[in-house]
Amino acid sequence: MPVKTEAIGKSYPPVEYEVGKEKIGEYARAVGEENQVYFDRNAAREAGFRDVPAPPMFAVVYSWGSVALPAVDPAVDLNFAMLVHGGQEFAWGEPVCSGDVISTVASVKDVHEKGGMGFYIFETVSTNQDGQEVARGTWTNIVRGVS
Amino acid sequence: MNVELKVTPDKYLPHRYAGASGDFNPIHIDREFAEQVGLPSTILHGLWSMAQVARACVNAAGGDPRSLKRLSVQFRGMGFPEQEITVTGEVKEERDGVVVIAAEAEQAGNKIIKNVEAELSPQ
Repeated sequence: MPVKTEAIGKSYPPVEYEVGKEKIGEYARAVGEENQVYFDRNAAREAGFRDVPAPPMFAVVYSWGSVALPAVDPAVDLNFAMLVHGGQEFAWGEPVCSGDVISTVASVKDVHEKGGMGFYIFETVSTNQDGQEVARGTWTNIVRGVS
Repeated sequence: MNVELKVTPDKYLPHRYAGASGDFNPIHIDREFAEQVGLPSTILHGLWSMAQVARACVNAAGGDPRSLKRLSVQFRGMGFPEQEITVTGEVKEERDGVVVIAAEAEQAGNKIIKNVEAELSPQ
């Protein structure tokens, strides 16, 4: 079955995520961070952050709810049983700190077929409560056996 | 600038990362399920492994997370708990204060993350 391309260019409603200090700590411990700025507000402020910052890859936490929207959209028709996460990119802007409210908009950047595999490329753009861009993600999902 | 990081995820790491990230796909936390779908055991979350690459890059730039401007990776082989992962990388080019790193992550001879490109702007 060939890939559906009708969703290319489609974007989805923004999804908000409110960043908490203990959630940052939980994530930072799970990925093995040891820098005290992720755990200690005073250490964070001494390093020049507004509050405890999130590690860069915390971007997956605040953009997860948003990227789920194209993933379950019937117009995209992603076959989860044959899905692998092929690649990921983030470009970071303003740091994300505890107390921030991050709003993320996902869109379908491209859908194409190559060598019997479907490539579904989603983009997420995350901004903070002041309208500053904090992260831009490119999520490459590969579905085997599309043709 | 030298990028090198070694880390051995323990048996329960995928459970903690599932809770921390919200990704509870059973292939990462349920051995029986993983075996039913043809995997040798539970596998690591690719995005956890990518976070190790991010950490290796930030460490190489002096430890300030603001130094990591961009990170792009391709996921390849599967990663498993209880086996050491090594992230290695080197400077590819330097322009206008931005250091471009090429890197990869391997475990037991398998490249689990390939074609890493990172842009660092040491603070």
